[in-house]
Amino acid sequence: MTQEVQIQANIFSSLITRFSNYQNEAVGALSNKIQALHFDFYYGKFQALNDLSLAIKERSITALIGPSGCGKSTFLRAINRMHDQNPTARAAGRIFLDGQDIYGPFTDPLLLRRRVGMVFQRPNPFTLSIFDNVAYGLRVAGWKDKKRIAERVEEVLHQAALWNEVKDRLNHSGLGLSGGQQQRLCIARTIAPKPEVILMDEPASALDPISTLKIEETMFELRQEFTIIIVTHSMQQAARVSDETAFLLMNAETRAGELIEAGPTDQIFTNPQDKRTEDYISGRFG
Amino acid sequence: MSQKEENSSFYEVWQRRTQHGDLLFGWLTLFFGLVVITLVFAIGYVVWSGSAEARDRFGFGFLFQTGWNPVKHNFGAMPAIYGTLVSSLIAVTLAGPLGILIAVFLSELCPLHLRNPLSFLIELLAAIPSVIYGMWGVFVFIPFFKSGIAKPLASTVGQWLPLFAGPVAAGRGVMVAGIILAIMILPTIAAIAREILAVVPNHQREALLAVGATRWEMIWYGVLPYSRAGIVGGIMLGLGRALGETMAALMVIGSAKSTIENSLFAPGITAAALIASELPNANDSLHESTLILIALVLFGITLILNILARLLVWQVSRGPVGTIRA
Repeated sequence: MTQEVQIQANIFSSLITRFSNYQNEAVGALSNKIQALHFDFYYGKFQALNDLSLAIKERSITALIGPSGCGKSTFLRAINRMHDQNPTARAAGRIFLDGQDIYGPFTDPLLLRRRVGMVFQRPNPFTLSIFDNVAYGLRVAGWKDKKRIAERVEEVLHQAALWNEVKDRLNHSGLGLSGGQQQRLCIARTIAPKPEVILMDEPASALDPISTLKIEETMFELRQEFTIIIVTHSMQQAARVSDETAFLLMNAETRAGELIEAGPTDQIFTNPQDKRTEDYISGRFG
Repeated sequence: MSQKEENSSFYEVWQRRTQHGDLLFGWLTLFFGLVVITLVFAIGYVVWSGSAEARDRFGFGFLFQTGWNPVKHNFGAMPAIYGTLVSSLIAVTLAGPLGILIAVFLSELCPLHLRNPLSFLIELLAAIPSVIYGMWGVFVFIPFFKSGIAKPLASTVGQWLPLFAGPVAAGRGVMVAGIILAIMILPTIAAIAREILAVVPNHQREALLAVGATRWEMIWYGVLPYSRAGIVGGIMLGLGRALGETMAALMVIGSAKSTIENSLFAPGITAAALIASELPNANDSLHESTLILIALVLFGITLILNILARLLVWQVSRGPVGTIRA
């Protein structure tokens, strides 16, 4: 019931802020897990994203690719409102998560972030033990039963392919792990409270090839359960892991990032519709 | 490459080392480094040899004796040690948490346009000469403290807890000195803690936000644990300042040199204040030597506390990993 009210309210606010044909677009959009509609983003006066509309399917891996400065990280961080910390950042347009407007008045950023987890470019474990690194998110999400917490910690450490390496030192500091292990710990921490969406901002860019491979294998397994959006600079990685790919590019005049093309990864990499996409994926870009 | 070229290139490097002052610079810095060590030993020597007469006369028991009568040559260091430690402890207990909170506000919560003016004001507090703090304490704080804090405390808690017992009529006392010292070391602690918090990497904050933590949880479980070693170091610097503070303490502590009272409202003395107040009037050699011995004691207190602080910082920074209960 409340969900319906929210959807109605969101559609209504969309209607009054956008054009009349927006309604049909919005209703169709609500069937996707995540749907950005005419999304703009500003840092102060600088426009970083312009009119981005993108659908993201449930239980799939979507790769955001594009050269530096094209706004792909900005878009990724907008999905769980990580920009809220920055007082100059401002969003316009809509991003819907299951039909609920992420930037709407009914959305609490804390509750949103429990549904949309994030893995960062640099591994950033807390200054806590390995166990507490994972358990912290559970406690924040309201888990009380110690036995259940311990079970869940073990389960996600298995899922992140880290259990065998850390099972004997769960009470050691998370900062004592190697970079790749730290990143897998961060993945375990992110999936522990069972979010619906996982955002990954170049999760393997600071890691060696073997660690990268392990992370990618983990992602494959997680796809059964979660909707994953990954920003990556590595075309090979996008081709290897993703089901869908979206290509963003900075507009040379306005310097705002724009969506050039999105679609199934096979199609983007073998038969791109836009000349600029083809140039970028074949390495003939600027 | 021929033999000759290799030799010449070695020669060139050697020449560059010497001409561009690597050697000279090295010796120069070594010299200044040695100057510091020499100074410490020179001061240590003067204090040690200057206090020889008093040490021979009173022995080790000097540390635990009370009494101060220059005419009868009856001296004891216990009141000074007690006053120094207790007033500094009060200062750190008050200024530590407060300084950390100020730093948290400035670095995490404060609107951007207020951050710099406020930081500047706090650093300005550190620049006020201590005699002005002392005067402010005498004319403004003590009257307020007597009627607003000491009296109500003494008539309630003080009835059964001797620490807060009256009389409060004198105004000056160990507690007042501790509070004034707290105000004096507050900017030091706040400024250092702010610097420490400012270098906490943003990815630590984001890590907590991303799992759904509130701003308070982000600060309490992310920012503060990450910077705990530096903050402890800042508090220890503040403590060092409180231990050595002379003028302000002398003006508000009440100069009770011979006894230790149970009550924090009663007058006392600190080691530094004792030396400053007595030295101009010390006419015989034993009196003078005793004051130098007090200086040696103060030297020892600061040394021991600094070592403890180092151990604490070391323990905290390598420390046992934290556990959290959210």
